[in-house]
Amino acid sequence: MTTQNSGLHAVAAAEPAEQAELDRAGQEHFDRIIAEDSRIEPRDWMPAAYRRTLVRQISQHAHSEIIGMQPEGNWISRAPSLKRKAILMAKVQDEAGHGLYLYSAAETLGTPRSELNQQLLDGRAKYSSIFNYPARTWADMGAIGWLVDGAAIANQVPLCRASYGPYGRAMVRICKEESFHQRQGWEILHELSHGTPAQKQMAQDAVNRFYGPSLQMFGPPDDDSPNSKQSMAWNIKRFSNDELRQRFVDMIVEQAAALDLTLPDPDLKWNEERGHYDYGPLDWDEFKAVVGGRGPCNLQRMQRRRQAHEDGAWVREAAAAYARRTAPERAPAELIGA
Amino acid sequence: MSYASHESATRISAGTAITAEDIRAGGAKAPEDVARYALQLGDDALMLSQRLGWWIARAPELEEDIALANIALDLLGHARFFLTYAGTAWGRTEDELAYFRDEEEFRSCRLVEQENGDFGQTIARQLIFSYYQYELYRRLVRSTDPTLAAIAEKALKEIEYHQDHAGQWVLRLGLGTEESKRRIAAGLHYMWPYVDELFHDDELVDALGDVAVRPSGLRADFDARIRAILQEAELSVPEVLGAYGGDRSGQFSEQRGHILAEMQVLARQHPGATW
Amino acid sequence: MSENHENTVRPIGAASDEWPLWEVFVRSSRGLSHVHAGSLHAPDATMAVRNARDLYTRRNEGTSVWVVPSEAVTASDPDAKGAYFESAQGKSYRHATYYTKSEGVKHL
Repeated sequence: MTTQNSGLHAVAAAEPAEQAELDRAGQEHFDRIIAEDSRIEPRDWMPAAYRRTLVRQISQHAHSEIIGMQPEGNWISRAPSLKRKAILMAKVQDEAGHGLYLYSAAETLGTPRSELNQQLLDGRAKYSSIFNYPARTWADMGAIGWLVDGAAIANQVPLCRASYGPYGRAMVRICKEESFHQRQGWEILHELSHGTPAQKQMAQDAVNRFYGPSLQMFGPPDDDSPNSKQSMAWNIKRFSNDELRQRFVDMIVEQAAALDLTLPDPDLKWNEERGHYDYGPLDWDEFKAVVGGRGPCNLQRMQRRRQAHEDGAWVREAAAAYARRTAPERAPAELIGA
Repeated sequence: MSYASHESATRISAGTAITAEDIRAGGAKAPEDVARYALQLGDDALMLSQRLGWWIARAPELEEDIALANIALDLLGHARFFLTYAGTAWGRTEDELAYFRDEEEFRSCRLVEQENGDFGQTIARQLIFSYYQYELYRRLVRSTDPTLAAIAEKALKEIEYHQDHAGQWVLRLGLGTEESKRRIAAGLHYMWPYVDELFHDDELVDALGDVAVRPSGLRADFDARIRAILQEAELSVPEVLGAYGGDRSGQFSEQRGHILAEMQVLARQHPGATW
Repeated sequence: MSENHENTVRPIGAASDEWPLWEVFVRSSRGLSHVHAGSLHAPDATMAVRNARDLYTRRNEGTSVWVVPSEAVTASDPDAKGAYFESAQGKSYRHATYYTKSEGVKHL
């Protein structure tokens, strides 16, 4: 892992002899902070596995925001009213912003964005599988906002209290901004379900397609989620996958009724005893296949990302060259000396 | 002929934050000629916004995705103001004007309809258009039509940013690498034939008097400022003559049909629907 | 560094398209100080300010932004060491709450 010298970010490693003592004191401090439910900050000592877990989780989250721009970006040019076009454009722009907040948090752990980006482009890093499904119709903009963003928010709200300070702070900002994302999605579906029969059918079809995958966004069932336990012990994760999924199902049942749309799950019913809605089994084989690269759009999403990166190389080079030419004393040393 | 300001009296006044909804709610009814003028301004902004929207998730860096989206959003906002106001003359909404006019009914200039090409070509178009719009709007704020003046005042602040964005990039591309210099020069060369028509006076402007801004009057300031920024970027003003066949009377580019086919397809599949 | 100036106008090396990291500070309204908001990448300070405005003030969150090259920030020792700030902890007489005799006396 690359370590940066920035005063705000991860600290460079010490001499080996000194390191053992630092590690012991560091672990003690770390454990105390976690026990107090306080926050770890970038220059604090932290276990290597904690750092690794965070870099993986935060960067996956960032990649999801960036890849997630594509299915919705696909509809900006065809949005059926100028108001909807403006809202959608602002939303997709927000997603780029959220990706940047998250990359910014990940970078405080010592891994530069270029490295994280390279992991994505090489296929070494994952992003949320939901974005490997196509956004075929305008109603998908509604379903993505309501269900996909809804699930994301349910996941993210507890992350605002994640033990790693920069991650929690990024999530606070993101959650604040995303509240409009879910509402605009719900509103799109509401317009459609109260519109013409063709519009209503479009809305129902989108909900049918996004319901299952959105429930899968919470991750595998608890008994099949090996990393969850450690993440919870570290106060990164606050609730289990199944707890969050249940919370989400309980919320959307009523919201669907208000939309006058149905959720495509015959097993969905109120369980008085549990005080929750029961829901049917999810297709985890499909989930694994899509995560593994067999989703309808995996290749297309990656191709588009790579293309943008490659097509932009000459622009980034030009700007870097201009910076060296006009203000060499202010450009970072590694760029000048290379 | 000029229109006395009371004819388009409106609750909109310069300096307040306005929205398309405010303009509609304001109850001002644009006179026919003013509406036709507003339509030109709105169509330019709409077409360019549609073009720039393509870049979102395709820009050279994520920060630039956000910058281009900002500019596209600003322009879409301007388009909505102008189309909403124009529509008051004919009892049509912004969406009816955007989605249910055919190619020959649009009044955009050819420049904004040109292909995005590479980033250099897009920035070349941004430079030309934002510098032109800046000259236009800083005069339009004194329009005797209060709604046009209010829209221009709101838009001007945003255009200043667009102009700065384009200028900063022209410097970086012009002075960056051999390749970037070649590409921005090619982009300018490609867009330059469509510069002349931006400054073409027509009967509508003659008729509108102090409501409108005479395009020909912007040329000297535009040329001086473009020359200055290109010089700073060590680029030259392309020596290309204006392309024949363009004015806003219904002549338009080959690309317009493609832009509209994409933009209007869904709305036209469901006429009368609300979204 | 300056002797390289002439030679560095052209891109060099594989990472010639990488932009450095900047820390962003936003003043949310007049009368308040600039507060650290996060970071971003930009080729130079001019673009960093513009990107900061686009990224961190999309919803009128700011009236002013500062950008600082991340490398230019010098921090106190890692927060874990704590001792650097402990000396301030023993000086409760620096806080108004230390002085209790005057309780109930107005305007003091």
